[in-house]
Amino acid sequence: MAQVFAYVSHKNGAVDDTAKELLAAAKKFTDASVTGIVVGSGVDAVAAEAAKIFAEVIKIDNAALAYPNAEVVRKALVNVLPAGSVVLFAHDTFAMDLAPGLSIKLGGAFASDIVDIEGADGNTVKLIRQEFSGSVSTHTTIDISTGAVINMRPGAVAAADATAAGTVVDKSAAAGDLASKRTFLKVVEPEAGDVDITKADVLVSIGRGIQDQENIQIAVDLKEAIGAAAEVSCSRPIVDAKWMDASRQVGTSGKTVKPKIYMACGISGSFQHMGGVKGGFIIAINKNPNAPIFQVANVGIEADIVEFLPALAEKIGEMK
Amino acid sequence: MEILVCVKRVPDTAENEIVLNSDGNDIERDDLVYSVNEWDNYAVEEAIRIVEEKGGCVTVVTVGDDDADEVLRREMAMGAEKAILLKDDAFEGSDAKGIATILAACVKKGNYDLVLSGAQADQGFAAVGGMMAAILDYPYASLVNKIEIGSGNITVGREIEGGNQEMNEMALPCVLSIQTGINEPRYVGVRGIRKVASVDIPVFGAGDLGLDAASVGEGAAKVKRVDYFIPETGEGAEMLTGSTDDIISKLIEIMKANGGL
Repeated sequence: MAQVFAYVSHKNGAVDDTAKELLAAAKKFTDASVTGIVVGSGVDAVAAEAAKIFAEVIKIDNAALAYPNAEVVRKALVNVLPAGSVVLFAHDTFAMDLAPGLSIKLGGAFASDIVDIEGADGNTVKLIRQEFSGSVSTHTTIDISTGAVINMRPGAVAAADATAAGTVVDKSAAAGDLASKRTFLKVVEPEAGDVDITKADVLVSIGRGIQDQENIQIAVDLKEAIGAAAEVSCSRPIVDAKWMDASRQVGTSGKTVKPKIYMACGISGSFQHMGGVKGGFIIAINKNPNAPIFQVANVGIEADIVEFLPALAEKIGEMK
Repeated sequence: MEILVCVKRVPDTAENEIVLNSDGNDIERDDLVYSVNEWDNYAVEEAIRIVEEKGGCVTVVTVGDDDADEVLRREMAMGAEKAILLKDDAFEGSDAKGIATILAACVKKGNYDLVLSGAQADQGFAAVGGMMAAILDYPYASLVNKIEIGSGNITVGREIEGGNQEMNEMALPCVLSIQTGINEPRYVGVRGIRKVASVDIPVFGAGDLGLDAASVGEGAAKVKRVDYFIPETGEGAEMLTGSTDDIISKLIEIMKANGGL
């Protein structure tokens, strides 16, 4: 079995929870020890923290790596990692930028957004993925005989315990020339919207099932029937269609919310959307009985929201 | 600007319910409606806008069979000037690396300043753009939601977590994968489709692209889908049933119990 590495994400000096998930994922197909990789500028403390999770940690410390520019990080990894390596990443926007190209440069195979690993049969690792926004799952195999890069969906595999008293090996000198054809400029934060959906107790959240821009009014009517603690939020397609402001988008690329009640109305329940819902009681209303949202909601109703929401708003209105 | 946009014909999941076939090893494909991958539509629109402003030409390309012709013509009706169909029995069963290898060979045949793809397609690997860039040794950015063309370089915004945008400056030529929402793709009318119905679309196979057939297709694929299955729902939602009035009454009680009313 090839040597297995886990890329350790970190932010503001803290190791991300996904590091323990990657260790757990690796243990599903290898008995060998897993090596953590910490890349950045001034990352001694992060490497020490990672050594509580991994038996060995490789540190690549360089001022050019202060911001994780995918092209620069890729160069450093290609110069440091041995041929035939298997490298695991958390499937986030950074790994989406880096990992496909890294697999080409390392000469290995690539599989992404993996939700589970079933084990290995020689050099064939058995993976589970989802397609069509999570409505069907697939068994997929990846041949790791010449190495591989595997992106694991964050939160999909339960984290392993952090018990290692690992060693840190400094490979900064081996990173080599980090000149890049892509230069990081800055991170732009979104403008604040007129409402802060993260403060609402109840979110009436709408997705593609709303069908038409004019129908958004039925969500507004329901919100008003519920009262001052409620707000209307939405999933990505509503913002893409310019029907609602980006400040109302819930998801990994939008806001993270934790209301008392989250009403997912006509929302399929992709992990990118549900990644933004961090708590609360989830009520799902969807006309497709196989929608993935029904796997994560507390209560489900099979109905067309365009008919159901006005009826609900009317009943709540009568109560008051 | 010479711009190549890679597109894919995919099942339209917004319009279709995905069901497994009777053997359980594939989805039922017979009644599916196909269309151009949603992300690719935004990529084509962005390319057309750049050419409208800076001049040049948009070419759309796909790896597929004869049916893929319809998505090429749709994107031409949108405003792409040229199209290329990459078709060969040797391409069948390619994994993402195989597709990236085929598309990279097509890029090498042309003289493009910019290569665009959608951020992801139906299988959700989000792999082809980044792999193609690495094969070509071009710089790459994924999840792009803003493009500003300079002289000899380009400034791109990438979508990152939390609604933030990461700005980068890149050298040309480069490969970008485009995120939805970057623009509003224009409407394609029947008249536009008719106008391009008889345009000749060149077809290239492995030999035309100078590709070793063994480097692509099923034989070269290191990632293979074995089957489809419906996951066990486990702790699924408690489904409320009955008449609409019954359901609403139950739901209102549940909302009260959880502090929502």
